[in-house]
Amino acid sequence: MLDVSGLGHTYGSGDKAHTAVGEVSFTVEPGELVCIVGPSGCGKSTLLRCVAGLLEPSKGSVSLHGNAVSGVPDDLAVVFQDYSRSLLPWRTVAGNVEFPLRDRGLSKAQRRDRVAEALSWVGLSKAAGKHPWQLSGGMQQRVCIARALAYRPALMLMDEPFASVDAQTRADLEDLVLKVREEADMTVLLVTHDIDESVYLADRVLVLSGSPSTVVETLKVDLPGPRDQITTRGSETFVRLRTEVAQLIRH
Amino acid sequence: MTAISLPQNRVRTVQRWLVFLGALLLWQVLAARAANPYFPPPVQIAGAAGRLWLSPLLGTNVLPSVARLLGAWAVASVLGVVIGLGLGRSRVVADYFEFLFSFLRTLPPPLLVPVFIVAFGIDSRMEIAVILFGVIWPVLLNTMDGARSVDQVKVDTARAFRISRGRWVLGVVLPAASPKIFAGLRVSLSISLILMVISELGGSTSGIGYQLGTAQGQVDLPGMWAWIVLISLLGYVFNRVLLQVEHRLLAWHRGAMGWEQ
Repeated sequence: MLDVSGLGHTYGSGDKAHTAVGEVSFTVEPGELVCIVGPSGCGKSTLLRCVAGLLEPSKGSVSLHGNAVSGVPDDLAVVFQDYSRSLLPWRTVAGNVEFPLRDRGLSKAQRRDRVAEALSWVGLSKAAGKHPWQLSGGMQQRVCIARALAYRPALMLMDEPFASVDAQTRADLEDLVLKVREEADMTVLLVTHDIDESVYLADRVLVLSGSPSTVVETLKVDLPGPRDQITTRGSETFVRLRTEVAQLIRH
Repeated sequence: MTAISLPQNRVRTVQRWLVFLGALLLWQVLAARAANPYFPPPVQIAGAAGRLWLSPLLGTNVLPSVARLLGAWAVASVLGVVIGLGLGRSRVVADYFEFLFSFLRTLPPPLLVPVFIVAFGIDSRMEIAVILFGVIWPVLLNTMDGARSVDQVKVDTARAFRISRGRWVLGVVLPAASPKIFAGLRVSLSISLILMVISELGGSTSGIGYQLGTAQGQVDLPGMWAWIVLISLLGYVFNRVLLQVEHRLLAWHRGAMGWEQ
C-alpha cells in the first residue's frame, strides 16, 4: 500500500548541508503495523514528515496505493508527539475530533457518528464536552488518536506518539493502539526510539542506522496476539527480538 | 468552590463601591469648603448632568457622537483584523510593511485632526476618518503578531489533515490570535474615545466634545464637568462591555494558561 523507495533528505546546501535521511526504502502492506526504530537524531521524524507529505524529500519517491505522493495525501492522518500543541485549546474534545471532518463533505449526522465512534474507541466518550487542557497528557494523546481514527485514513502515521507521557500511561496507550488498530482495521506506521515499544507493537520492525540513516534490517515480529504488557514482554521471542534490535542499533 | 467564593465576591463588590462613594463624599466636602468656581462640588455637577444629559441634546449630540465612535471603531477593528490576519501569515509581505506600520502607529493620532479638517472640512466624515486612522494600528499590529505566532505543530496538523484555507484562517489562526486581538481592541477603544472628544472639540458643530467646548466657552463650569463625567462614564461602560465579551470568548485561553482551574 505504502511504497517508499530510495528516499533521502538533506537539509540546507553547501558546507552547512546536513543529510538526515540517507537512502531508505520500505513498504507497508494493508492492515500492517510497522515500527521504525532508530537512535536519537537518526532522521526518523524527517522520514515520517516526508512520508506524510509535510516535507519534500531531496530524493526518492513515496507512493500510496500505487500513486506517487506529492504534497499531503488525502487519506492519511498523523498523530504528533506534541499532543497539547497539536490540539486546538478553544475547541472541545469532540470539536477537535470533528474539526478535520468538516472539509470532507460529510453531513452533520455523519460527522457526529464518526466522532462518537472514535471517542468510544479511545474510551473518551464521557470527556467529549471537555476542553483538551482539562485532560491529562495521556488523555490528550488519546484525543489525537481519536481525531486520526475519525478521519478514516488508509494509513495512520504516528511520530513518537508516547515519548511525552509517563511509563504507565505509555503502556496503556500502546495497548490502546493495538486495540483500535484491530477494531478500526487500521494500517499504522509508527516511529519510535524505544526498542521495546517497537517490538511490542509491530508486525514488522524497520531498524534504522544513525544519520544519514538507512534501513539496517527489517525484522518480522512473530509474537502471538493479543499481546500483553506482562506475558508478551516476558516471552522468549520478545527478549530475543529486542536484543537483536538493540545490537543492530548499537553497531 | 463557587459556593464559598460567591459571597466573598459580593463583599468585595460592596467594598469597592464604598471606596468609590467615600471618594465622592470627600470630593463633595472638599469642593464645598473650597468654594472655588472652577471645581464645583459633585452635587452641582450632578444637577448640571441631569439638566444636560436628559435634554434634547441626548438625541442631537450625545447619541450621534457615540454612534460615530462605535461605528468608526468597529470598521477599524474589522479592517485591522482582516489585514492583520493576511499579513501575519505571509512573512514576506509582513516584512515589507512592518516598518511602515510601526512608524504610522507611533504617529500621535490627534495630530491628524488638523490634516483631516483640511481634507474633509468641519464634518462628521472628518471625525470618523480621524478615529479610523487613529485606532486601526493597535488592532492591526496585534492581530499580525498573534497570527504570526501560531504554533508550528498546529500548522503541521492542519496541513496533515488537509484543512481548507478558509477553515485554517477562521478556525485556527483567528482563535489562536484572539487573545492578542482583544488586547488591541481594548487599546483602540480607549483611543477612539479620546479621538472623538478631540476631533469634536476642534472641528465639529455637534457632539459631546462640541458641547464640552461650548460649555467651556459659556463659562458653564458645572456643565463642562458634566460632559467630562459623561465621557469617562462612556469609557468605563465600553471597557466593561468589551471585557465581558472577552471573558466569554477567551474562557478557553484562561483555562489553557492555567489561570483558572
